[in-house]
Amino acid sequence: MPGTGVRMKIGLFVPCYIDAFYPKTGIATLELLEKLGQDVEYPLDQTCCGQPMANSGCNKDAAAAEALFVKNFAKYDAIVMPSGSCAHHVKDNFDAIPQTDEVRHVRKNTYELVEFLHDVLKVDAFPWAEFPHKVGLHNSCGTLRALRTASMSELGEPFFSKPMDLLTKVRGISFATPRRPDECCGFGGTFSVTEEAVSAKMGVDKVRDHHDAGAEYIVSADTSCMMHQQGCAERAGVPIRFIHIAEILNGARA
Amino acid sequence: MKVKPVNHARAAEAFIKDTPHLTFHDERLWDLRQKRDQQMHELPEWQELRTLASQIKEHTLANLPEYLEQFEANAKKNGIHVHWAADGAEHNRIVGEILEKHGAKSLIKSKSMVTEECNMREYLEPRGVVVTETDLGERIQQLDNQMPSHIVVPAVHKLTPDVAKLFAEHYHTDPNDDDPQSLAWSQRLAARPVILAADAGMTGGNFVVAETGSFVVCTNEGNADLSATVPGLHIATLGIERLVPRMADLGVFVRMLSRSALGSPITQYTTHFRGPQDGSEMHVVLVDNGRSHRLGMEDFWTSLKCIRCGACMNTCPVYRRSGGLSYGAVYSGPIGAIIDPTFNERKYSTLPFASTMNGSCTNVCPVRINIHDQLYKWRRVLAEHHELPFVKREVMNMAGRLLGQPKLYRAAISGTETALGVLPRFALYNWLNPWGKNRELPHPVKQTFHSWYKQNRLKTKKKGEDA
Ligand code: SF4
Repeated sequence: MPGTGVRMKIGLFVPCYIDAFYPKTGIATLELLEKLGQDVEYPLDQTCCGQPMANSGCNKDAAAAEALFVKNFAKYDAIVMPSGSCAHHVKDNFDAIPQTDEVRHVRKNTYELVEFLHDVLKVDAFPWAEFPHKVGLHNSCGTLRALRTASMSELGEPFFSKPMDLLTKVRGISFATPRRPDECCGFGGTFSVTEEAVSAKMGVDKVRDHHDAGAEYIVSADTSCMMHQQGCAERAGVPIRFIHIAEILNGARA
Repeated sequence: MKVKPVNHARAAEAFIKDTPHLTFHDERLWDLRQKRDQQMHELPEWQELRTLASQIKEHTLANLPEYLEQFEANAKKNGIHVHWAADGAEHNRIVGEILEKHGAKSLIKSKSMVTEECNMREYLEPRGVVVTETDLGERIQQLDNQMPSHIVVPAVHKLTPDVAKLFAEHYHTDPNDDDPQSLAWSQRLAARPVILAADAGMTGGNFVVAETGSFVVCTNEGNADLSATVPGLHIATLGIERLVPRMADLGVFVRMLSRSALGSPITQYTTHFRGPQDGSEMHVVLVDNGRSHRLGMEDFWTSLKCIRCGACMNTCPVYRRSGGLSYGAVYSGPIGAIIDPTFNERKYSTLPFASTMNGSCTNVCPVRINIHDQLYKWRRVLAEHHELPFVKREVMNMAGRLLGQPKLYRAAISGTETALGVLPRFALYNWLNPWGKNRELPHPVKQTFHSWYKQNRLKTKKKGEDA
């Protein structure tokens, strides 16, 4: 088994839009963690982490979802999710409910998939993975600037990228470099509907940037960004495909 | 009557429809951001400078009354007349009185956001004072009767043909000659006589130094120097948050200002005003206009550290695609979105939502203002103060209840039929409708992850049991 050989009891959180529209991403995350020797459970009563309400300012309305989240996940060593923005919410903003020991345990042990693989399991190989395509990596703002899984262009810090570290272990993969690698794609949760015009313009600019750089696929740890980008690409006729990083690491070939 | 909130989304949509303007705006500001990055790479101590700048400003703000008094005492020693204005109206009255005392009928001024805040031109002009902006961009905006759309490059949303048309109207130049050189020349020809004949001059101030009682103005056109020195009467409007304790502190701020703003090492002119020239008068008006109120706001007081470099606007992907005028306020972009609501909570209640909270603004800010955290906090404050649109509040409330109940939630996402039974149709539809305007919806799938899991994991684990 590649990595540290740690075995943990993991609660898998699959956000609503992955559950409903991108089940493949959920399946890939589960299978990948299992391949890496983890004991994974998906609590059936899960709904949402509370982020949409909290980000809209309606923090009180997030309380029920947050309480349910804790009820579902308190018993696990680690809570892993294929979504940077949800992980960011749980870690950094999850305060609509009283901060009990249980809540603190959940917040402290919540991981976005890439950081879990990179920092906790320290996976050093994905022998089953091969992806013979040129990809453009999209770091969501949640993973980039909140979870800090990659260096940020504004700070001029030495280059690092946890998702890139993982992807370079995949056979046959190559990378395209867009002109504005860190620019937000414009999803922004409810922003995508309340500021529809700006959101869609940012989205189409983003997918064009990747396409012009020669990317066949946009790969990301955040499905929500890709759902938006895919919608923009399809409407504007930009021929580019989308895949979650979990699927590539789990061995998807296309 | 209650004021209406600014409709940023609608103004932005109109801005986006005009492709040539939009593309230029986005590329021009992105170029400034890249030049700023280059400057940062050339200074290995950049992050340290940001920390220092932030600490100096926080220290000054925490001891503002003392430093203001120190400045006042020293400025008076230098022969400067010092005035205090609690708000915009008082500022305008003070300026009006100074002008009246001198019988001044024409005022030339360099760029000052504070005078925009105070609506000074609107106050002075009906009283018979002709106010002429001398900064090129600001003058263009004045001629077009528009607010500045950017705090550093006020007319950045315009293309040269727009300026050519505007100048033709006012200066009777060739409307088809949009060569930047000749446009600048027309402005020069039109402005020089006004400057030479002006009765009074006005500037803002980028930094106000307590220990010397002096202030510093940074420009690239030299127009502030002309405005200040030609007429023999110089009035400077200074926001009280512009203070720094010592001259030495400028070594931090002057190094960062233009690098952050335009990606140039320093502005062409950095002028220290220490007192009146022989035979002339110098006045400073120290303006509060909501600043001390802001200083008392626990989550938002650090916004007063702002040195108005505009870097947060240049990097902001939303600002670049919506244009400064869409914010409907004196201050636009990320910094505008966190300070405008302190002027009028209802009117600017929409601005903290005109952001994806991507955080790039926070990273470029030379004084380390946590802009995107403040945007997040403003959203909460506005929701608590009932400044959110009804539909949004209702949808969030319903969503919150739905997401707290697993059974109801399952029913809602397993099929549209059930979802509509659960969520009132109008809310769901009004809310999600805009998605499809310029975007496709996600493709439907045969099976949710939830149901796949039950089938493929639970059935194999616990035989026959359907959870
Ligand atoms: S908030 Fe920061 S980045 Fe924005 S204008 Fe002010 S100092 Fe510059």
